[in-house]
Amino acid sequence: MKILITNGRVLDPAHGIDEKFDVLIEDGRISGMAASIETADAERIDAAGCLVVPGLIDIHVHLRDPGFEYKEDIETGTRAAAAGGFTAVACMPNTAPVNDNKTTTQYILHKASQVGHARVYPVGAITKGLKGESLAELGDMKNAGCVAASDDGHPVSNGEIMRRALEYARSFDLPLISHAEDLSLVGDGVMNDGFVATELGLRGIPWVAEVAAVTRDVMLAEYTGARLHVAHVSTRGAIEIIRAARARGAHVTAETAPHYFTLTEDAVRGYNTNAKMNPPLRSSDDLQAVREGLADGTLNVIATDHAPHHSDEKNVEFNLALNGIIGLETALPLTLRLVEEGVLSLTDAIACLTTGPAKALNLPGGTLEVGRSADVTIIDPDAKWTMDPQSGKSRSSNTPFGGWNLKGRAVCTMVGGRITHRLS
Amino acid sequence: MAFNHKHILGIEQMSAEDITLILDTAESFKEISLRSIKKVPTLRGKTIINVFFEASTRTRTSFEIAGKRLSADTVNISASTSAVVKGETLEDTAKNLEAMKPDIIVMRHSCSGAPHYLAERCDFSVVNAGDGAHEHPSQALLDLLTMRQHKGRIEGLTVAIIGDITHSRVVRSNVYALGKLGAQVRLCGPGTMIPPGIERLGAQVFNSIDEAVSGADVVMMLRIQQERQGKTMLPSLREYSMFYGLTPERMKLAKTDALVMHPGPMNRGVEISSAVADGPQNVILDQVENGVAVRMALLYLVSGGDKLEDSAQ
Repeated sequence: MKILITNGRVLDPAHGIDEKFDVLIEDGRISGMAASIETADAERIDAAGCLVVPGLIDIHVHLRDPGFEYKEDIETGTRAAAAGGFTAVACMPNTAPVNDNKTTTQYILHKASQVGHARVYPVGAITKGLKGESLAELGDMKNAGCVAASDDGHPVSNGEIMRRALEYARSFDLPLISHAEDLSLVGDGVMNDGFVATELGLRGIPWVAEVAAVTRDVMLAEYTGARLHVAHVSTRGAIEIIRAARARGAHVTAETAPHYFTLTEDAVRGYNTNAKMNPPLRSSDDLQAVREGLADGTLNVIATDHAPHHSDEKNVEFNLALNGIIGLETALPLTLRLVEEGVLSLTDAIACLTTGPAKALNLPGGTLEVGRSADVTIIDPDAKWTMDPQSGKSRSSNTPFGGWNLKGRAVCTMVGGRITHRLS
Repeated sequence: MAFNHKHILGIEQMSAEDITLILDTAESFKEISLRSIKKVPTLRGKTIINVFFEASTRTRTSFEIAGKRLSADTVNISASTSAVVKGETLEDTAKNLEAMKPDIIVMRHSCSGAPHYLAERCDFSVVNAGDGAHEHPSQALLDLLTMRQHKGRIEGLTVAIIGDITHSRVVRSNVYALGKLGAQVRLCGPGTMIPPGIERLGAQVFNSIDEAVSGADVVMMLRIQQERQGKTMLPSLREYSMFYGLTPERMKLAKTDALVMHPGPMNRGVEISSAVADGPQNVILDQVENGVAVRMALLYLVSGGDKLEDSAQ
């Protein structure tokens, strides 16, 4: 089985490649990349006008499987990933049961191997039951296939436990992902604390709730020498802390999500529950800081925090609505907007979706190399389309981007040479 | 002029002309409550459901009496926030009520935005009787009617509002209404009760009640909720009373003819001393009386009453 991708602009940030190349794929692996490849018996994909990039990697998704299959499952979630151009996702452990044990990790990997449309890398829990009380079996889970550990959705509130988790994970070279939030400062807040919250009469979550927690976790990472990845950074203060730590040489990486560089707290007006997430959409100053953080590489990963919820869980009073939005099918065009607006170069934008996330969690992929598995995404950067939440591949439709006119779309996604998505 | 609002969700959406029309209409309804037969046929055949998801005596009774004096059929539902407890969603509750063909739903709800949610999904008119810490439009309108009654105008008045600004829907509606009609609003409370950016709504913020009250035409005290004390918002009601309670001495800082207002229910001896609450400057019961007239006006206007030919009272 041979596939020849012709006439595309091959962009591989990890190797600094930006050339008009043909790419030949044989038996699931890249077997050639050159200006012109002649072969008779290959299926040809004409990528004229398109970008040919390493398969996109999203290291922050909620596949909701096991336990919440009415929102999403491994099949629908990875289908949404493929449609969005992603060839690999890391899935968070807040399932039911929680992925805090080898058996659940094995279930996820087994199901993904049966029905998945993308590589699935499970993230195990840091603490048993995400309770923040005692360490989960991180070594056993790593052996079973977990690529990182996180109590995502909940912070590890106790500093001693976070310290020990970092020390323990260090011995397995397992990155910890910090969901950084000081719950005592969050209180019963439901959106960013500030003028909009005041106007709407909604309880606020101050930015300092994130900054205080990021500060502690970054300092603990420096103290222990362990690797830390900071999830969904949304505030200027957190970015400044991470920037300084990285300058000191700390093993800290950090991600933000497309909604934090695209929307502000103003999106909540009208009590829009699809603009309710955690951390909350912040001020325009924070949005600007997130863009600066991406531009200077402080934030080197764009991850979606894809968080599917049933419409019944969003079609309620704002205070009662669950946090989170889906993001796999909109991340690419929203990231390309940053290129259009001059925030990122095209190479850096693609890096945030490929080599950046791969390096943060030590994942294979994120680059195009002869001999490597053919995880490839072909992007039409000029494709204009209107986002229709109902026609997406996710089982859920909770997005604030419904009706948006977007530009840029994955036209073909392949995992190990197997085509997982093709735009007709 | 005509009133073109199907719903009364808040003062934010109203123009100064809307507010004046409501106040003028309320003024004309006041005398109905003074008759021996306190009823006009204006809303005969209309059905109004008062849905209160949060406890209320004054506002609910006031809306009910307002509806009855206009001959509407009024029904009360007290749901004590239990749509959730019972497992029924707000939308299902609303759709069930809608199936009974009411003309107006008057709703109070502990969640900010709940009336907007209803208005987007249902055919009937929604009148907000207080949503979370967001708006309480009928309260602000009855406050303005009371000020206008005693001062003859709103424009140019200085109104000091003292108390828990953060959690008050009365404040937000008053800031909008007073601002639109040209009054100056001063807000005062301890730092834990001043929400960020409130001055951007067009109010001045004071930490000292003495400064806030000085030279004011109206002093409006807010109820301090007992459950706030002893936690993080307030050390004690005793200390609150010392620093933010309205006493006769503090009232002397206001204009000599200043009005004392309170949306109720009052905590005597906490935010307001009895000497002030019962003193000659208090118009607190006028507020309650005007509440009925304002709510009659709101029900009348959202029913399109001003466009009906036989609307003569």
